[in-house]
Amino acid sequence: MSDAERKPVRSIQTPMRLTYHYTAGIATSRFLHGIAEGRILGQRCPVCTKVYVPPRGSCPRCAVATEEEVHVSDRGTILTFAIVRVPSENLDVPLPFACVHVLLDGADVPFFSVVQGCPLDEVRIGMRVAAAWVEPDRLAPTLQSIRWFEPTGEPDVPFDQLREHL
Amino acid sequence: MSQQTQAADILSAPHVLEYPYRRSVGPVLSRFFTALRERKIVGVETSAGRVLCPPAEADPETGAAVSDRFVEVGPGGVIESWTFVAKPRDKQPLARPFAYALIRLDGADTALLHVVDADPARLRTGARVRPRWRAETVGEIGDIECFELETSR
Ligand SMILES: [Zn+2]
Repeated sequence: MSDAERKPVRSIQTPMRLTYHYTAGIATSRFLHGIAEGRILGQRCPVCTKVYVPPRGSCPRCAVATEEEVHVSDRGTILTFAIVRVPSENLDVPLPFACVHVLLDGADVPFFSVVQGCPLDEVRIGMRVAAAWVEPDRLAPTLQSIRWFEPTGEPDVPFDQLREHL
Repeated sequence: MSQQTQAADILSAPHVLEYPYRRSVGPVLSRFFTALRERKIVGVETSAGRVLCPPAEADPETGAAVSDRFVEVGPGGVIESWTFVAKPRDKQPLARPFAYALIRLDGADTALLHVVDADPARLRTGARVRPRWRAETVGEIGDIECFELETSR
């Protein structure tokens, strides 16, 4: 019996695994086809005029279909962030990194991504960032086409202008 | 979302949600799992002298902490209740039809949930079973591959 075997068992693995087949639907499929061309597409609600990105085909506030397609910038403003120091499988961003909600210019809901390209203690609410895309020949209909967001160096957006999106 | 696409405009892809948890077992279940690694099954005595297997940290009847007396139970036992799985899914313990059963091991006063590998025609409440151990044990409940009917050999 080895030494490892003599130590008491302190923990057990209790994995949980759910295998789905995800169908994106019309709105999100169009969004992903746009991503494959290096463009970010949102949809505007005909009632409240909010622009959703990624679009889901309806406005959850107004309960109406959103059909008007709008181009959204790949630049935006950090609405909130969290520093991640714990490794995770399927994530090839070096640790630690900042997870961010980016309010893309022209959108009304935040877009989830990570920030690279500056010291973590400089990441802040109101900071201006831009998408760093993969090489053009590697663009595909997946959010992995946007590697991360990087600071642009533009002046910060005052908090009062972001308040309604938090 | 993966890069898999279909010819149609609507995209679809496999999506696996997985939480590879590892949980601490605490001092009482630690004794249970450590014993399994040695191909033994232990229960714990409550202050009233009942034997709980699997062991728990508190007596389910009174809420009082259990004693520190661990006793070996089984390895044989009796099926108290069971349900048959005719078409096992991928991650279920056996690839062929099997039963989940509550098994009261000899010397225990409570039942352990485990797998019984048996023809449903021969399964019955009260039937005696014994564990089939894996060739390699690591200190988890799966060290007992399943239980089998004592009369099957
Ligand atoms: Zn709306």
